[in-house]
Amino acid sequence: MVKYLLYRLVAAVPLVLGISTIIFFVMSAAPGDMVDIMIRPGMTAEVAEQLRANHGLGQPIVVRYVRWMVDTLRGDFGYSVLHGRPVLDIIRSHLPRTLILSLTALAVAFFSGIVLGTIQAIRQYSWLDSGLSVVLLFFYSMPSFWLAYMLILTFSLFARNVWEWPMWFPAAGMLGTDHEGLSFVARVADRMRFMVLPTLSLSLVLTAGIARYMRGSMLEVVRQDFVRTARAKGLPERAVVFKHALRNALLPVITLLGLYIPVLFSGTVIIEKVFAWPGMGTLLIQAIEARDYMLVMGASFFFALMVIVGNLIADVLYAVVDPRIRYE
Amino acid sequence: MSEILLSIKDLRTWFFTDQGVAKAVDGVSFEVREGETLGVVGESGCGKTVTSLSVLGLLPQPPARIMDGSSILFEGEELIGADERRLRGLRGNEISMIFQEPMSSLNPVFSIGDQIIEVLRLHRGLDRKDARVEAARLLQEVGMAEPDRRLDDYPHQLSGGMRQRVMIAMALSCEPKLLIADEPTTALDVTIQAQILELLADLRGRYGMSVLLITHDLGVVAEVCDRVVVMYAGQVVETGDVEEIFADPQHPYTRGLLRSLPSLDVPERRLSPIPGMVPSPIDWPQGCRFRDRCDSAGDGCEAEQSLVHLGDHRAVRCWKAAAESLGGAAGS
Amino acid sequence: MSEDGAVHGLRRGGAPLTAILPGAPQLLAGRWGAGTVALLVWLGSWWVLIARRHSLADVWAAGWDGPLAITTLLGALVSCWVWSLRDTLGPGGHRDVSVGQWGLACRAFSKNRTAVVGLIVIVGLYYVALITPLVTPADPSAQGNLLTERFLPLSAAHRLGTDQYGRDVLARLLYGARISLTIGFVAVGISVSIGTLVGATAGYLGGIADAVIMRFVDMIISFPRLILLVTIVAVFDRSIFLIVVVLGLTLWPGTARIVRGEVLSLREREFVQAARALGYSTRRIILRHIIPNALAPVIVAATLGIGNTIVLEAGLSFLGLGVAGTPSWGSMVAEGRGDLLNAWWLATFPGLAIVFTVLSFNLVGDGLRDALDPRLRT
Repeated sequence: MVKYLLYRLVAAVPLVLGISTIIFFVMSAAPGDMVDIMIRPGMTAEVAEQLRANHGLGQPIVVRYVRWMVDTLRGDFGYSVLHGRPVLDIIRSHLPRTLILSLTALAVAFFSGIVLGTIQAIRQYSWLDSGLSVVLLFFYSMPSFWLAYMLILTFSLFARNVWEWPMWFPAAGMLGTDHEGLSFVARVADRMRFMVLPTLSLSLVLTAGIARYMRGSMLEVVRQDFVRTARAKGLPERAVVFKHALRNALLPVITLLGLYIPVLFSGTVIIEKVFAWPGMGTLLIQAIEARDYMLVMGASFFFALMVIVGNLIADVLYAVVDPRIRYE
Repeated sequence: MSEILLSIKDLRTWFFTDQGVAKAVDGVSFEVREGETLGVVGESGCGKTVTSLSVLGLLPQPPARIMDGSSILFEGEELIGADERRLRGLRGNEISMIFQEPMSSLNPVFSIGDQIIEVLRLHRGLDRKDARVEAARLLQEVGMAEPDRRLDDYPHQLSGGMRQRVMIAMALSCEPKLLIADEPTTALDVTIQAQILELLADLRGRYGMSVLLITHDLGVVAEVCDRVVVMYAGQVVETGDVEEIFADPQHPYTRGLLRSLPSLDVPERRLSPIPGMVPSPIDWPQGCRFRDRCDSAGDGCEAEQSLVHLGDHRAVRCWKAAAESLGGAAGS
Repeated sequence: MSEDGAVHGLRRGGAPLTAILPGAPQLLAGRWGAGTVALLVWLGSWWVLIARRHSLADVWAAGWDGPLAITTLLGALVSCWVWSLRDTLGPGGHRDVSVGQWGLACRAFSKNRTAVVGLIVIVGLYYVALITPLVTPADPSAQGNLLTERFLPLSAAHRLGTDQYGRDVLARLLYGARISLTIGFVAVGISVSIGTLVGATAGYLGGIADAVIMRFVDMIISFPRLILLVTIVAVFDRSIFLIVVVLGLTLWPGTARIVRGEVLSLREREFVQAARALGYSTRRIILRHIIPNALAPVIVAATLGIGNTIVLEAGLSFLGLGVAGTPSWGSMVAEGRGDLLNAWWLATFPGLAIVFTVLSFNLVGDGLRDALDPRLRT
């Protein structure tokens, strides 16, 4: 199994480098560069050229690429013009915020998706099954940002201003203004309150996809011979479904984990913008708008890295559940 | 004569599908006595497996439905309509079952030890440690070497024959009174088949259980069965002791099955398969259901055939055979 | 059984009276999917034509899409009628005989009610997108009186209200449909063509070519697609051409992976082996034998991909990276987000439009998958 994981790890290296390379060349091919953005009125052409030279922009693209690659591999991600700080520093402060949001959403999505899909499968053809199918397909077809605004409209704006519910959720930001003065418990509650809507917006679309998949997988598994064996043993239906069938039905869903991580991060970029969440997505969008090369490269590199780590976790999980992988 | 353990009367298990009603089992009656091995033979699609799954109530309902008037008595207790709890108490405990596909009948994600221990804990209330010891003993019983180490193996690490042995160990774990074996050797190599059959025969003697052996292979029947039930198109077409069936088959279908069996005694005889296929259960033929494939069909065969008893154990669902047999008996 | 009988009955009697109304004979014969489409398009077109009879000349004179709209409308009217008549009177029997792989799939698909509804919605959407100038209640970019016509709620004059510049939301929504539908369709067309060719080549050639191609495909698939899109689109100009191409270029690896998988299993099948034994060229085997057989999963993936792409395009527009200058559903949601509380309709309706469009594509995709999977067909 260690060999299998090592193989997967090695196979992942070209992915990170390849993606970074593509983004490097895209950014280089773009008309204009970061000096154009930095130019203030009154700046002379000579100064601009000087700036370009300082940032190594005058050199041929291949030279720049090799230099950038060597630096990156040494762990030097350069300096952000936009923030005036080393890229790694900025990412270090933004990455945890994205991770907490996306991991919570991923956990919520998988848990609820698996539960809903299983319920649908064991109640196949019931009104519950068809009802859930319709609702889930609806969510599955939804752009996450629109869902986010509908949630904000309902549970933040209308709940607070029109219906005057006692409980409403903040529509933007990460922490309340009075966060620092609160007790520990209240601080945790404050954090959670700010996470509710972004997490829901991010996870509901995934939930729908996972539940659809889980339903299919479960229906496939309950037809298998070993499920009949489990029944023939005299096991109660609960044990048949939740022990024998569920564990097998989870296998394809774990593969889905690997496939959904990129989707999750795509969603993060948008949801962070909706909720003014100062994470990696916001960082990347700002960096792109400012043509802040080093920051764009650094942020994409870390996105690719997160995808790789996610895939590795999926591989480990798969091996934990499936002995056939474990013993190869 | 020994006691009757399982008695199936007029069992009709129908499947209600979009295409129509598939009368997979359509009025089947037979008995299994204590300690005997009863073979149920017929081509695929005859309703053998559905019959056996009906006994344990393992068919998904819907689409399957066991029709009114059917009866399955186990030790005098009606199983049709019995509540699920009671059936669970019987399954794997007093009636065990092994299946055709050892490859897929074991759960791939649990070790075989776990799967045997599960039954022991469920029905015999053993604790984990005792159950493990008992599971190892059972593996020894079915002829697996190094049972202690094998317990932690997963199904994919075992060969087909080994897996079938595990299935048998699991089925034996509560010393059942009845073992239903649904084509237990079909998916195995010939040499392994013989070993498994030998094992089954051996264990039957040791545990004193009855075996309901479902197979399409008359060779297997000849080897291990006491009595035979021949099924065709959802019905029993002939029953009798195994010697009688082989020596003096009455129903044209039984004769056809025997003719399509290679024989070592008469090597120059050509095999003659039965022409055609089992018809669709949605649309059984009118009258004698074997008529279209029967070489001696004629007038009188368009009528619905009933099972005619020719003796204590003998019955045949063919008016011609019955007339000949009874007429012959009367004439002599 | 009964439906074939009904069709035969109609044929025997020559042109039935109901054939005056396209779709009616089909509906009576129980073919509600085809019948509803024909009837709705026909009646709807007449309605539009009559309602706009005074302004047809103006529409004809307005730009490239006016003539297109009128031509499409008339074309639809005529072809509905012709189709319906030919369908009822056409050469008998062909419908019963041609039960090949695709015939069976069609039959299975038409049994799936939700999928047929989805298909009807999609056909309707594309039709409306083509004749937008005829059905729009107003010019989408015409600003109203900024004092009296801003943020008007839903009313008879503005069925979906007005936005911050007093523009009619329904009109903008109708024009926005063109962007979403065009982009979805063209981008998926590009990606399916590239994906099928690359996947088939990789699967058929195998070896190093396969390994290299699939590494690349893995790489693109595992990177968050939106981030790639945002990076590429942001640094270049935001023309519809660029966005379509970039969407297409980032989607094809999925198709390639599916096709490759199919090809790998097809390659070993008898008919491909036979073609190889007969000495056909690799190119011919791929194009004539392998691709047609690998088509079913590609069609499903493409249908689902259109929905997916529409959502992605909306996401890009939302981030301010959509097609510049044209109202699209995504950018309408983005524009409306500042006024959620006092003008909830601004962000709500474009979003609903996206949801129902994508939902329809997903329904059709699911239906196609079930219909094309022989294992599920009974």
